[in-house]
Amino acid sequence: MKNLENLVSEAVILLDKVENATELEQIKARYLGKEGELTKLLRGLGMLPQADRPAMGNLINQAKKSLEEALDRRQKIIEEQKMIAQLEGETLDVTLPGRGSGAGGLHPISRVLARIESLFRSIGFTVASGPEIETDFYNFTALNIPEDHPARAMHDTFYVDSVNLLRTHTSPVQIRYMKDHRPPLKVIAPGRVYRCDSDVTHTPMFHQVEGLWVDDNVNFSALKGVLIDFMQKFFEREDLPIRFRPSFFPFTEPSAEMDIGCVMCDGKGCRVCGNTGWLEVLGCGMVHPNVLRHGGIDNEKYTALAFGLGVERLAMLRYEVNDLRLFFENDLHFLEQFN
Amino acid sequence: MRFSENWLRTLVNPSCSSNELAQALTMAGLEVESVEAVAPSFDKVVVAEVVSMQKHPNADRLNVCQVDVGMAGSKLLQVVCGAPNVDVGVKVPCALVDAHLPDFVIKQSKLRGVESFGMLCSAKELGLSENADGLLLLPENAPNGMNFRDFYALDDRVFILKLTPNRADCLGVFGVAREVAAITATDFVLPEIESAKSEITDTIIVCVDKPEMCPLYCGRVVREVSLDVSTPLWMVHRLERGGIRAINVVVDILNYVMLEMGQPMHAFDLARVGSEYSGKIYVRYAKTGEYLELLNGENLELQSDMLVISDETEPLALAGIMGGIRSSVQLETTDVFLESAFFSPEVISGKTFRLGFSSDSAHRFERGVNFAATRDALERATNLILSICGGKAGPITEVKNILPKRNVVKVRLERIKRLLGIGMESRQISEIFARLRFNFFIDDEVFHVTPPPYRFDLAIEEDFIEEVARIYGYDHIPASLPRPIMSMLSESEVINLSPARLKHILISRDYREVINYAFVDANWELDFVNNLSPVVLKNPIASQMSVMRSSLIGGLVANLQFNLNHKQNRVRIFEIGCCFTNNEGNYQQTENIAGLCYGDVVPEQWGQVARNIDFFDVKMDVESLFWPEQARFEKFSHPTLHPGKSAQIYKNDKVVGWLGEMHPRLQRKYDLPKPAILFELHIDSLSVRALPKVKKLSKFPPVRRDIAIVVANHISAQMLLESMNAEKAVIISEIHLFDIYSGKGMESGKKSLAFRILLQDSEKTLVDKEVDEAIAKLISILESKYNAKLRG
Repeated sequence: MKNLENLVSEAVILLDKVENATELEQIKARYLGKEGELTKLLRGLGMLPQADRPAMGNLINQAKKSLEEALDRRQKIIEEQKMIAQLEGETLDVTLPGRGSGAGGLHPISRVLARIESLFRSIGFTVASGPEIETDFYNFTALNIPEDHPARAMHDTFYVDSVNLLRTHTSPVQIRYMKDHRPPLKVIAPGRVYRCDSDVTHTPMFHQVEGLWVDDNVNFSALKGVLIDFMQKFFEREDLPIRFRPSFFPFTEPSAEMDIGCVMCDGKGCRVCGNTGWLEVLGCGMVHPNVLRHGGIDNEKYTALAFGLGVERLAMLRYEVNDLRLFFENDLHFLEQFN
Repeated sequence: MRFSENWLRTLVNPSCSSNELAQALTMAGLEVESVEAVAPSFDKVVVAEVVSMQKHPNADRLNVCQVDVGMAGSKLLQVVCGAPNVDVGVKVPCALVDAHLPDFVIKQSKLRGVESFGMLCSAKELGLSENADGLLLLPENAPNGMNFRDFYALDDRVFILKLTPNRADCLGVFGVAREVAAITATDFVLPEIESAKSEITDTIIVCVDKPEMCPLYCGRVVREVSLDVSTPLWMVHRLERGGIRAINVVVDILNYVMLEMGQPMHAFDLARVGSEYSGKIYVRYAKTGEYLELLNGENLELQSDMLVISDETEPLALAGIMGGIRSSVQLETTDVFLESAFFSPEVISGKTFRLGFSSDSAHRFERGVNFAATRDALERATNLILSICGGKAGPITEVKNILPKRNVVKVRLERIKRLLGIGMESRQISEIFARLRFNFFIDDEVFHVTPPPYRFDLAIEEDFIEEVARIYGYDHIPASLPRPIMSMLSESEVINLSPARLKHILISRDYREVINYAFVDANWELDFVNNLSPVVLKNPIASQMSVMRSSLIGGLVANLQFNLNHKQNRVRIFEIGCCFTNNEGNYQQTENIAGLCYGDVVPEQWGQVARNIDFFDVKMDVESLFWPEQARFEKFSHPTLHPGKSAQIYKNDKVVGWLGEMHPRLQRKYDLPKPAILFELHIDSLSVRALPKVKKLSKFPPVRRDIAIVVANHISAQMLLESMNAEKAVIISEIHLFDIYSGKGMESGKKSLAFRILLQDSEKTLVDKEVDEAIAKLISILESKYNAKLRG
């Protein structure tokens, strides 16, 4: 039986030297193939005396099994080595840039508008719009600004003809919305507005968001509440200082101007806030009864609050844009910063 | 409105600092724009008189002066001075040794060997002006040795108010004082105005043609007025600090009263009014064809809605706006006619806007002037004239008609509480109204308030509620959030008018959003949309922004040019905005979306061959805006586009936009090295999408068959697809064009198209026979309609 042991150990030694699948196959054939040495031994069992056959058969089968296991082990090692070699050849420079197109981006004004809309929608405001070529009536008269009122001169209006003009504010949407809907109403109207004014701090076209809330329980206290909430959420600053000052707008009474503590210098005083520590950010008030009447709303039954804010101003403060004109130059180097 | 703080504090003197006062005014609605010191700080500067003067022995331009600075025993001070206007007898400010001036400190020194114990000063050296024209000459009566800061009242600040148009009552220091008293709860008594003594009987008859435009006119003659006296220094200072330049003593006095009481006034040279002693003036509308040479030098052609003051022959002044040159008071004037009137805001407002200039007078009248003080102002001015210029005053002629009504307004306590959202008591309201000096009484928690004659902004209940809130303090009203009945917003899934969805589609496809002005160059409208009658602005801000755009393309092309100039070579931009068309005076406004692509299809990168963007790259972007609906594209011609590379876009048989490559002619004109691909669509066509209704999914496997056919070049892919889709067998679930070929091996004028056909049945597995029949039917459709041949 020494022969059998030798056979196995000899095969194992050979296997350890095998480097590829072909050689492995050759060794397999040499021992386990049709004419393989172990196969031959098995075949030779018949020559043995009957009594010796089971023991011998057992031994041969054990040898065959261990040889098969050795073959298997070696095969796995060879496959593993082959895989490693293949992967090494396929290695990428993973730091190379990705391929294909990039993504564009929203204009910063749209981005701010979207933010304003989503904040107001979260407390139930809907979004409305109105025409940009407006009539004198909707832009002025219905908003309690009669002809020859000094407030009209403040507006620097672009005229199309004697009746039609480019709206100077988004407030006319208030009237249109009130006429078409029954209270309670909660609506904001974002949009482009136009004024005949152009210098470092004015562009002849800019964006406003108008807000209107008509219900039987809105009051000045709520006006403050809503707008303080908005500004603090907009700037993500719960401690943002805010003040309301009496002001004058023909379409609200009482009227207020809302200032926030300068977000550039934290109220210490800087160029942006003209060293006052405060920034004027929006005008607001309780809707004038004449305006409610023009909108077909019973001003005894309902009260209303309204506000109008300048979008460019908020965008400049939020993104630290120091020149208003950048918004309308559409320089890709500028726009690319708002992906 | 600007004024001297010291002046205000002579009337009402709340115990707070200048800054606290400014803060209080701002928070009460009278926004203080700035508080500026009248002079920078300096000390040891006194009034000095040059007693004698000698040329400096060693310097031509210098003088050695002996000056009286009020030292004991008439001791004189030696000061070397180089100013050209120094002279014996002049009074000037003199900085003594150790004086700290704004820019330097005065030391005892030797100037070219001569001792100097101070410096005679110019206004510039004291920081009072930018002007360095020699020494600041002081009036003869200036007391020698007096602290110059006191003499010039320099420890003062100028308040500048940014008044809202409703607060004309604060266009006079009296009005501001009244307001300060109310805000700070400080005592304040309006100065008593005494009637001037009338010594002569001369009058002028005043004929008011339009009493509703001039309900009150007061005038008087003052004779023997001497205009060669100088305006008192205190008055000059108050005028200067109020932003008013000194002109001559009479005009200065009238301006002073305006600054004090808010009442604009006018003085006519009596000798230039009418024929000699005809003694009549008229307040009337101008006649067409009349002219008036105004004080600002303009010879104005008057219009028939302009109110004038005239004598029997011609207009003398534009009532309430500006006087005329001919009747103006000059240095040689001796007799004057003074006017103090109440002109109705409606006859003044809008005029200055139309005339293109304004005046202090018009600014006040158009906002409303206190008609209860018209006569007092005239008395006040007369008193000042008599005491400063001498003269003899005649009696006042007063023509009074119906003054503006001041109706009692009912203000309900309940309404105050409801509108402001705070609990208040009658007592608090009464106190506020009393501080505001309103006439009122209370009846069952309803305040009956009469608006004062100087307030033109108080007519309804809400106006008074604002007054309550203002004095109570906006800051003291707590912020709260109302608790509404909760109900969700109704949002349609089918109609989405918000452009946000479209923006995000394009952004994810590498487009960047731009925003352009809606007014454009008229040439863009011609070049890009051949629009001959755009909406034109009557008053454009610039000639290249004179018409409203009917297309967004012009702006996008300008953005492309800008960015090419800034070294960008790949541009993908879009804009959403309103476009305007002029349908014979009917202005249509539609929201459009437009895009422009230029340069490489993808950014320059490794591992990818660079390729210029083309029609089909952008077509997919456009199609993505319509998904899941399909847009139809048809060849058409458009002035902006390459005739062979442009398509009109249809949705449900309606034209909704176009897509194409820029016409080479325009590409040259706009100096673009490569062609740009452009598209523009009406946004409303993209806002409606069908609600998905899911079809039953088939459990049976689909069968794929590919067919390739040959047709003439002019047959469009869309024609083939539409015909097949219209008549295909029900088991055909999808027909998809996947290849196109023309050129080598293809008969000239022909092309080959390959379609992938997917067939599927929801109920059973398809058998070959059914599939073959369906495909054969498709082919026969193409054969019969388009003479298509199956490619061998």
